[in-house]
Amino acid sequence: MVQPLARVSTPPPVRSMMNSRLPWPLSIYQTAVGKKWVMGLTGLALLGFVVVHMIGNLHLYEGPRQVHEYAETLRNLGTDVIPRTWALWCLRIGLIAAFGLHIHSAYSLTRMSMNADQRYVGGRNYIVANFASRTMRWTGPIIGLYLFYHLADLTWGWFNPDFVRGDPYHNVVESLSSLPVAIIYIVANVALAVHIFHGTWSMFQSLGINSPRYNHLRRYLAGGLAGIILVGNLSFPIFVQAGVIDDDGRSFLEELFHGESVSGGEHQ
Amino acid sequence: MIGSLDARVPPGSLDNKWTDHKFSMRLVNPNNKRRFDIIVVGSGLAGASAAASLGELGYRVKVLTYHDSPRRAHSIAAQGGINAAKNYQNDGDSVFRLFYDTIKGGDYRSREANVYRLAEVSADIIDQATAQGVPFAREYGGLLDNRSFGGAQVSRTFYARGQTGQQLLLGAYSALMRQVAVGAVELHTRSEMLELVMHDGRAVGVVTRDLISGEVQAHAAHAVVLATGGYGNVYFLSTNAKMCNVTAAWRAHRKGALFANPCYTQIHPTCIPASDDFQSKLTLMSESLRNDGRIWVPQMHDDVRGPHEIPDAERDYFLERKYPAFGNLVPRDVASRNAKTVVDQGRGVGPLRNGVYLDFTDAIRRDGEQVIRGKYGNLFDMYERITGENPYRVPMRIYPATHYTMGGLWVDYELMSNVSGLFVLGEANFSDHGANRLGASALMQGLADGYFVLPYTIGNYLADYLGESVLSLSEPVFQAAKHQVVDDAQRWLSIKGTCSVDHYHRELGKLVWNCIGMSRSRSGLEKALVEIPALEEEYRSNVRVLGSADTLNQSLEKAGRVADLFELAELMARDALAREESCGGHFREEHQTEEGEARRDDANFAHVAAWEWNGEDTPQTRHQEELEFENVELVQRSYK
Amino acid sequence: MSRTCNFTLDVWRQAGPTAEGKLVAYEVNDISTDASFLEMLDVLNERLIESGEEPIVFESDCREGICGTCGLMINGQAHGPQKGTATCQLHMRSFNDGDHIVVEPWRATSFPVLRDLAVDRSALDAIVAAGGYITVNTGAAPDANLIPIPKTTADTAFDAAACIGCGACVAACPNSAAQLFAAAKLQHLNLLPQGQAERWSRTEAMVETMEAFFGSCTNHGECEEACPKEISVDFIAWANRDFIKAKVKNRKLAG
Repeated sequence: MVQPLARVSTPPPVRSMMNSRLPWPLSIYQTAVGKKWVMGLTGLALLGFVVVHMIGNLHLYEGPRQVHEYAETLRNLGTDVIPRTWALWCLRIGLIAAFGLHIHSAYSLTRMSMNADQRYVGGRNYIVANFASRTMRWTGPIIGLYLFYHLADLTWGWFNPDFVRGDPYHNVVESLSSLPVAIIYIVANVALAVHIFHGTWSMFQSLGINSPRYNHLRRYLAGGLAGIILVGNLSFPIFVQAGVIDDDGRSFLEELFHGESVSGGEHQ
Repeated sequence: MIGSLDARVPPGSLDNKWTDHKFSMRLVNPNNKRRFDIIVVGSGLAGASAAASLGELGYRVKVLTYHDSPRRAHSIAAQGGINAAKNYQNDGDSVFRLFYDTIKGGDYRSREANVYRLAEVSADIIDQATAQGVPFAREYGGLLDNRSFGGAQVSRTFYARGQTGQQLLLGAYSALMRQVAVGAVELHTRSEMLELVMHDGRAVGVVTRDLISGEVQAHAAHAVVLATGGYGNVYFLSTNAKMCNVTAAWRAHRKGALFANPCYTQIHPTCIPASDDFQSKLTLMSESLRNDGRIWVPQMHDDVRGPHEIPDAERDYFLERKYPAFGNLVPRDVASRNAKTVVDQGRGVGPLRNGVYLDFTDAIRRDGEQVIRGKYGNLFDMYERITGENPYRVPMRIYPATHYTMGGLWVDYELMSNVSGLFVLGEANFSDHGANRLGASALMQGLADGYFVLPYTIGNYLADYLGESVLSLSEPVFQAAKHQVVDDAQRWLSIKGTCSVDHYHRELGKLVWNCIGMSRSRSGLEKALVEIPALEEEYRSNVRVLGSADTLNQSLEKAGRVADLFELAELMARDALAREESCGGHFREEHQTEEGEARRDDANFAHVAAWEWNGEDTPQTRHQEELEFENVELVQRSYK
Repeated sequence: MSRTCNFTLDVWRQAGPTAEGKLVAYEVNDISTDASFLEMLDVLNERLIESGEEPIVFESDCREGICGTCGLMINGQAHGPQKGTATCQLHMRSFNDGDHIVVEPWRATSFPVLRDLAVDRSALDAIVAAGGYITVNTGAAPDANLIPIPKTTADTAFDAAACIGCGACVAACPNSAAQLFAAAKLQHLNLLPQGQAERWSRTEAMVETMEAFFGSCTNHGECEEACPKEISVDFIAWANRDFIKAKVKNRKLAG
């Protein structure tokens, strides 16, 4: 299908043309545009997860019981057809695969670009490349490391001496009430929002979803999503630190609507 | 040496000549085509289209270009459009009318049969280009749009915004790259042809210098095709690209190819005037601006007032005054000459007093700024980018500049020069435009030659040499030519003088512009014939070329090109002096009517002057090809 | 209107493809604001020759912004600070008296420096050779008006075809990706009815050749900003879509 390098005398290619072509559809993933496409799709899946995760976490404001019920609901997904937690595991496996592909494509495309690129000795003056677009390769690994920490902290309980398996509300409040941990969460979620801001816009380009009439909306969508996720996710460590969410057995909403003052919450 | 110049125009009636000749020419059968090597020098419209077409036919083609990519050739800069006798507008166009307009526009100094063929194949060019994906302008119904161009009375010009040349060249370039990809064409970029190699009176190859490594290489072939463009850069300041030069054609001339009508140069009236001594080139603004702009200068000499401070009564709309019928739309040469006259009178405008106003105030008042912006927005932007002045507020300043050269290597009907096996296409040959070229005809000619003429005629030549292999590169002629190129380079480097190549090029340009520019006089030409050789001698003894020959050395490249321009300039002066008449782009002050219009001398000068090289120390010999006009009546142009 | 200014230039000098290069400082005085950037370099070169120093090698040809030969990185911006302008059309009035200007060649692994500011851009030609054409032999074309093309389609194809092949998109891209060039070349032909027959094979071949030489697009948008013809990154999205479609369709065609 692809011609040899077309008898034009060129400098040597920075990436060898595919000698062995994998069977379709894996061959798509062998190309950079294909990888970008996969990155867009997996990014979309991960974005969906992040949004749902953030919304689900809002149960923290309702109190420990509601959080527990939410967790149970997730475990019971699809139980009328398949055994308990299978659906959840399917989702998890899907997420892990998406995450793996997202990272692998990012890694190999970065390598490819680094091979192709040469630095300007006198520096660059970027015009439209913004902080978000230029830090994808930094925010990505930060999110990756954070994810590992997040799982170790709240799923496996490695870092939390008070970890109680099966009591996410307690674990979250315990973790986030430590200032250094809260800072890690804040930094990581800022990185996540920045990543999502460029990722959302970029996804439209990579997937080829482009219609000049609606293109201007992509920026709003990217900004809106990143903003909502940022506000939602940052609210947890901040409110825990502020004592608004605490482990006193009464939820934030109860305290709010039943007029009880938050005793000493401001100071903890 | 050279007998009478036989153009080998086939017999028969004008409209059957090409059809009959195509049938009578010998063919090379498809299996044999791959046994022929053809070198194409140049990758512009003519070169790329020829190389692509020859590659498709099965010949082994080698393309040599000094650009880094074939797509850079200067054809790319043509803005206006391409003529074709399609008559899509139902306004009475026909092959004969295009032929007639071209002959008349050329002031009856071109060969009827060639021009007719050009008009005949013009329609095919549009079909070919459209099929290649050239995005010509279209009407809302999806069909091709046309406009009237350069004062033509029919709308036969196809265009692609202001970049028709670029789009057509990209079409030809893509066709060429397709042949490169399949291996039919071997592409050598950054290779400058510096010698034509002759053997037994035939062109058998060329010698090139690799512009990166300096390596000198010989290439052998059964035929050599030159499509190397025009020589407008002899004026230093022209609308030509910086690298345009006459070298390939001139080196062929030095090997015996006749150089025809070098004095026919076209001046384009609407260019942006030079702003200072460092000016490197002039930028052309589409001629269409004259449809709405009014050209004027102050009546008073050395008027220092700004344009808005000069009341209407004190302005001289000199074209409207002298030519009430055509007004600002008189042909290029007439508009140019009149601009020169008023500037020479000291009525020029701008900081250097070297331009005339092209004023859109009335048009903006009449149609509104929006309409004018719609028509000329990109041109106005370009003008503002270059001059820093806003033409919606301040009148544009324009002045004529050299734009195209009608002269070139002499070719016969089959586009072969008097040297066997040497074909010349496009602007590099002299063939179709006579003494003046119609607007939007340069693109047409380049593509006609490359797509539709050469692929037929070259077979007629090659058929004789079937079974003959190309000359071995170890032959003495190749070795000698290579040594010549190496020695030339060393000579430039060893002069170690005091002034740069550009300095001399600029000086030469001023001299040529003043003496062999828009209007020529006996005294000026005689002066040129004294001063050009003197300057050339100084150049050859005092130029400073630094660096070495084995690297990318732009001064060294230019040194040889400018030397050839010097020799050409001298020939231009000689040719202009010998042509005791005014015609087209050649205006002799001695030959004008009382009103200052050009006066042709059909009785004595209805011929092509073709010059034969006699060695460095002897002036060239002038040969004549008589032009016979059987199908048009010679009339004097009048635009009153 | 016209004034003269003084500038300090830092120009990349490199003796040859394999030589080490470095930025060399030059004072350039008395330059008219009406001079173009390249004319300013011409003046500098004249002065260098006068003083016995080899002139700076830089490429240019038409000097009216259409041939795409010129291209310099000026203060970290491809073709300099003026939007939609090739280096040759950039004028010194865009700078202030006393400005310090850094001039570098395009930088990408597949644009090796030949000398000083001149680079080899033939990898772009390789992309075109891979499929940037419509296969139609000379003489085989039907009448040009046989296929009407909606004006909007023709205009959009033209927007892509306006590419002058200067390589600024690659130079400006932090990844040295040639996506804008390749997409413009592709979409010019892919949008037109004439280009449909080879659409899917062309798309695959050109994209994969591009990937052999250049980096991967991360949608910064710097290319569009640098492009002297202001070609839109929308074409990149459409080319991406065509590529995935091509992968599907070509699979079906291959059986």
